[in-house]
Amino acid sequence: MDCKNVQDLLSAYSDRELDLVKSLDVENHLEECISCADKTKAYTALNNLTRTPSLYYNAPARLRERISASLEKEDAQIKRSRINFRWIGYAASIVFAFFLGFMSQQFKPSSSAEDAFNQEIVSSHLRSLMPDHLTDVASTDQHTVKPWFNGKVEYSPVVKDFASQGFPLIGGRLDSINLKRVPVLVYARHKHFINLYSWPSSDKTTGVHVSTLHGYHIAGWVSAGTAYYAVSDLNVSELQDFVKLFQTQS
Amino acid sequence: MKVQSFGGSDAESVVVFEKSALPHLDAAYNLARWLVKNEHDAEDVVQESFLRAFKFYGSFRGGDFRKWLLTIVRHTCYTWLKENRSPGNVLPFDEAIHGDVVAASNQELELMKNADVKLVREAVQDLPVEFREILILREMEGLSYKEIADMANVPLGTVMSRLARARKWLQDRLSKRLKRREA
Repeated sequence: MDCKNVQDLLSAYSDRELDLVKSLDVENHLEECISCADKTKAYTALNNLTRTPSLYYNAPARLRERISASLEKEDAQIKRSRINFRWIGYAASIVFAFFLGFMSQQFKPSSSAEDAFNQEIVSSHLRSLMPDHLTDVASTDQHTVKPWFNGKVEYSPVVKDFASQGFPLIGGRLDSINLKRVPVLVYARHKHFINLYSWPSSDKTTGVHVSTLHGYHIAGWVSAGTAYYAVSDLNVSELQDFVKLFQTQS
Repeated sequence: MKVQSFGGSDAESVVVFEKSALPHLDAAYNLARWLVKNEHDAEDVVQESFLRAFKFYGSFRGGDFRKWLLTIVRHTCYTWLKENRSPGNVLPFDEAIHGDVVAASNQELELMKNADVKLVREAVQDLPVEFREILILREMEGLSYKEIADMANVPLGTVMSRLARARKWLQDRLSKRLKRREA
């Protein structure tokens, strides 16, 4: 290494920032070259000069207080905007809750008692149409079905069979309507099933009232202290035929 | 809203930040003071830097807080300089080395020992800001070339050469002034 090369590296050498190989080369040269060695000392002296403590500017005392104050102010501002954001969040979730409530109402009929009842009984009917849910006792023989209910329900239903009229008895089932255990007689008409629910009622005898929910018909009446509901997707007129049969035939 | 803002998360966020940051207030002020060259503006720049650091404290991933803070300070200084420095303030950086290089070194050595702070301060102030910055970070903050290169976002070679050139210039300038004084 000649003097020119070394002198280019002296600044970094004085900072110990040269890689090992270059450092060793420079040192070797410095051991033999007084002029470069002097230059190195000059670098060291200059570096020490620039590190003189009196050249270092310390922060004035008031600056610390200024900064603390401005940080507190910023912090308060952020907190305030955070709260606002939180309230927006609350408002949004309330609006959303209303929206959900509104949307759910679209899938529910209006909240009259009859509608609620229809919903319940049609749901029960639908459930019975699922595999293996139709009957608890499967028998076309009314003399089998009727005794089956003994001890299982408070009120034992009148069981009739209308096979010769095209409404055969399929079986019986226990169900739950309005938190009460009720007997259900299952009839068929072609490919349709009719669930006939019955339970004691203190209402006066009524004529047949038919309502419809989601394509399912509910024919209800009260007779001799018993309320009856026949549910089916069978068309209304044939359903009413069934009802008439039940009402008149003993 | 993905900007991670730290302040306001709890009552102590200012306290926590100050604990990390205030120990480096002098370093921040010193750098700012040397870069913007006056007390009043240096205070403004430092306050602004601390505020920014506070806002972005959430993005501080640990490590050397002083370096992180000084990076913000230098950035704020350069923005300030861009907006406030009039072209007339920039002195020409005459890097020509006068006189016999070899013979001057012994002389330089002697003169250096007699140099007073005022002379040195003026000389450093007259360095162009990019050279001055690196000198400050190296000599007064003791940062390595690599650390300076990262902060200033320049290659390591640039740090090395700017430092060498700044020092050569300072030596030349100081020896000239001292010679003039003694004459």
